[in-house]
Amino acid sequence: MLVARRTLLAAGLALGLALPGGLPAEAKTPPNMLVMAKSISDLITLDPAEVFELTGGEVIANIYDRVMMFEAEDLGTLVGGVVESYEVSADGKTITFQIRPGQTFHSGNPLTAEDVEFSLRRVIYLNKTPAFILTQFGWNKDNVDEHIKATGATTLSVRNNSEFSAGLLLNALSAGIGSVVDKKTVMSHAKDGDYGYEWLKNHSAGSGPYSLQTWKANELITLMANKDYRHGEPAMKRVLLRHVPEPAAQRLLVEKGDADMARNLTPDQIKGLKGTAGVVIDVNPKAQSVYFATNNAHPILGKDKVKTALRYAVDYDGMAGSFLAGQFKVHQSFWPSGLWASLETNPFTLDVEKAKRLLKEAGHGDGFSITIDTLTTPPFPEIAQSLQQSLAKIGVKSEIILAEGKTLWPKYRARKHELIVARWSPDYVDPHSNADAFAHNPDNRLEAKLTGKPAWRTSWDDKEITALTEAAAKELDLAKRKQMYLDLQAKFQQRAPFNMMFQSAEQVARRDNVEGFVSGSNFDLVFYRLVTKK
Amino acid sequence: MVDVQPRETEEAAAKSFPPPILAKIFRQVFTVALTFVGLTAITFIIGRVMPADPVLAIVGDRASRDVYEAMYIQLGLDKPLLEQYWIYLSNVLQGEFGKSIMTSRDVLDDLIRFFPATLELATVATLAGIFLGVPMGVAAAVNQGRWIDHLVRIVGLFGYSVPIFWLGMVALLIFYGWLDWLPGPGRLDVFYDGIVEPRTGVILLDSAMQGEWEIFRNALHHLVLPGSILATFALAYIARMTRSFMLDQLSQEYVLTARVKGLSPLGVIWRHAFRNVLVQLITIIGLTYASLLEGSVLTETIFAWPGIGQYITTSLFNADMNAVIGGTVVVGICFVGINLLSDALYRFADPRARQ
Repeated sequence: MLVARRTLLAAGLALGLALPGGLPAEAKTPPNMLVMAKSISDLITLDPAEVFELTGGEVIANIYDRVMMFEAEDLGTLVGGVVESYEVSADGKTITFQIRPGQTFHSGNPLTAEDVEFSLRRVIYLNKTPAFILTQFGWNKDNVDEHIKATGATTLSVRNNSEFSAGLLLNALSAGIGSVVDKKTVMSHAKDGDYGYEWLKNHSAGSGPYSLQTWKANELITLMANKDYRHGEPAMKRVLLRHVPEPAAQRLLVEKGDADMARNLTPDQIKGLKGTAGVVIDVNPKAQSVYFATNNAHPILGKDKVKTALRYAVDYDGMAGSFLAGQFKVHQSFWPSGLWASLETNPFTLDVEKAKRLLKEAGHGDGFSITIDTLTTPPFPEIAQSLQQSLAKIGVKSEIILAEGKTLWPKYRARKHELIVARWSPDYVDPHSNADAFAHNPDNRLEAKLTGKPAWRTSWDDKEITALTEAAAKELDLAKRKQMYLDLQAKFQQRAPFNMMFQSAEQVARRDNVEGFVSGSNFDLVFYRLVTKK
Repeated sequence: MVDVQPRETEEAAAKSFPPPILAKIFRQVFTVALTFVGLTAITFIIGRVMPADPVLAIVGDRASRDVYEAMYIQLGLDKPLLEQYWIYLSNVLQGEFGKSIMTSRDVLDDLIRFFPATLELATVATLAGIFLGVPMGVAAAVNQGRWIDHLVRIVGLFGYSVPIFWLGMVALLIFYGWLDWLPGPGRLDVFYDGIVEPRTGVILLDSAMQGEWEIFRNALHHLVLPGSILATFALAYIARMTRSFMLDQLSQEYVLTARVKGLSPLGVIWRHAFRNVLVQLITIIGLTYASLLEGSVLTETIFAWPGIGQYITTSLFNADMNAVIGGTVVVGICFVGINLLSDALYRFADPRARQ
């Protein structure tokens, strides 16, 4: 027993050393620093010519001012960003921008028309994924220099080489690819003709309210306030996005006041936080849509009556009222609710009898079997399960296949799905962004490989819908254009192999002393510069 | 006769070519090289044949055909698999692991940043496991069937069977959320970030070397909770195995003889029985350490610990194969290194191994 006692004494001593009770916990966040707990593992680049991910879009929105912008104070109005005014020529083809005077980059370099010219041309030269937002205006590596030109230190001429309207072009210039980079700084880091691409992926060269101090992948992003910002220096001198992948840990951090905001909480955690002293829950409507797409080349799923039957075989309200509560609402048009030219009507509800009748009329009264592909992350498996149950009620048997995006999207892009439950966010705030994706398929041939467009992925070859989409994008009269999108969405609702189901909302937990966080509908309309702490 | 045998051995050794020591080194190097090639080949092939598309990981699912194809060619995926592997292997041999898709940085730079975080965590956990687990295992064996033995077995069962994810969350809730004794997730309070220059990447060492004792203290506090969680696993395994090895030795006749000769109980246990379990213990401690170096992903996730486990897992989910292979190679090197170290330690622990 003596041996045992001595041995245990040693063990106890070691245990005491390992668990030093009474250590002070982390200090609370300072009054001039915004600390957000967020999963940042999706961030793969900070070059505005390439950014297409949620975190990246958010970060560059705070580092770069864009040619055109939706300002944090008024997300509903498109205004000049680095430009103070613009003039559209009589034929609607040329836009002449006047650069706002007195702007400087974080480096101290003055912001000139040459920087804007370089930034836009660079998007075309590099031709990364978001480049299509600009190439749709008829620009390519060979002709962009003649269409986008600085005609003076503060004047930029942009000539639209397509039939699309000037309004659409202005909206497109408010996307991330419209960010203006510091030409001198970027080119000083250029290597092998890469226009500074390798460097700008993890550095910054902007003129926005913040500059990038550090990006430690899977750990931390630190932004520093720009004291010379055109709207004044932001109150938060530093903004930290701290990578906390586990939502439960995010919740603890915000409850304890070690984070000012928790950005990726689950509905259960949001529920649990309600009523917690010092914590407020914000619900920010987002433009992300959740939909299902059927393969139009499928011998059964391609039939119009079958498509309509499936629309009536979804328990929209059941899902929105239960596991999607607070995070999604029912919205059945391709352009999100609350945005200009959105069709707000939701004509479909769960109607088993009607769906059965339609299936019978289509010659499939005995039902059939399909596969449902979707993502592994919530709420997609839950939506697929609900869909599976309601489809079973009309005689459609289904097998759910869950996969990571990197496995799922190749299948969708290769047109190998039967029914896929997926998501979509607009690339910029103009209805053409989603119309071009869902309702525009100019070449349905397999070899055309328009893999970026869901309309092509589903083999949906509807010439009328494609023509309407093109016409709406070209219309110069705003009122007429709006009506064209409303009509297009109404037709789309009835005919498309897509069934738009829900629109998302972001639920954010924040400390009640933090105010002014602006989170707009699109992923890259998130602004920190108005944040203050009481 | 006593002198003759070694001389004969020496003569034989002198005649043999290559000399035994060189032959041994050659064998070790060959084994390490073979392990390395095998490891990279298997990981590389798995990475290429798995259904995830590495091109989409970079360009996103909305990329147009020309953007997709340009990246496909840039990644060299248009070349035959063997050629791709050969190019990769040649680059790795020159210290070039390629770029990570997820971090936009050289994989080698990432590994230099992420590995020390895991090394710090796993080392603390293993040391705690040794200093607690070994005495507990010995005490349990010596007191077989008594309450101490039962207690150690329960602790072992607990550490071994309770999911580390759950344990981590509960520990975080109690010690951080409720009691406020320890800090929350992360390696440091955010305000200290960037103050210490990363020389080794191990914050405890770097802060001590630079005299930043406040940061040292903060880093130590942050280490306690994740280190203890990982240590429960190490402790459970080491205590159980120590108990088992000791029970085996304590039933041997030489132990009885030693006791009959009147040796003190402590001397019998530590000088005789324990010395004979050292070789086995070194083996399991080595394996535990190696497994913590690569298998602490759940702890890293809960505690937002930017370690190599999380790096490899995130990369795997994003088809970032350069990062996955780089991480796997580092873990492989750790296993091989720890094996070699164990071999070396056997020589100290067991005189027979020196011959």
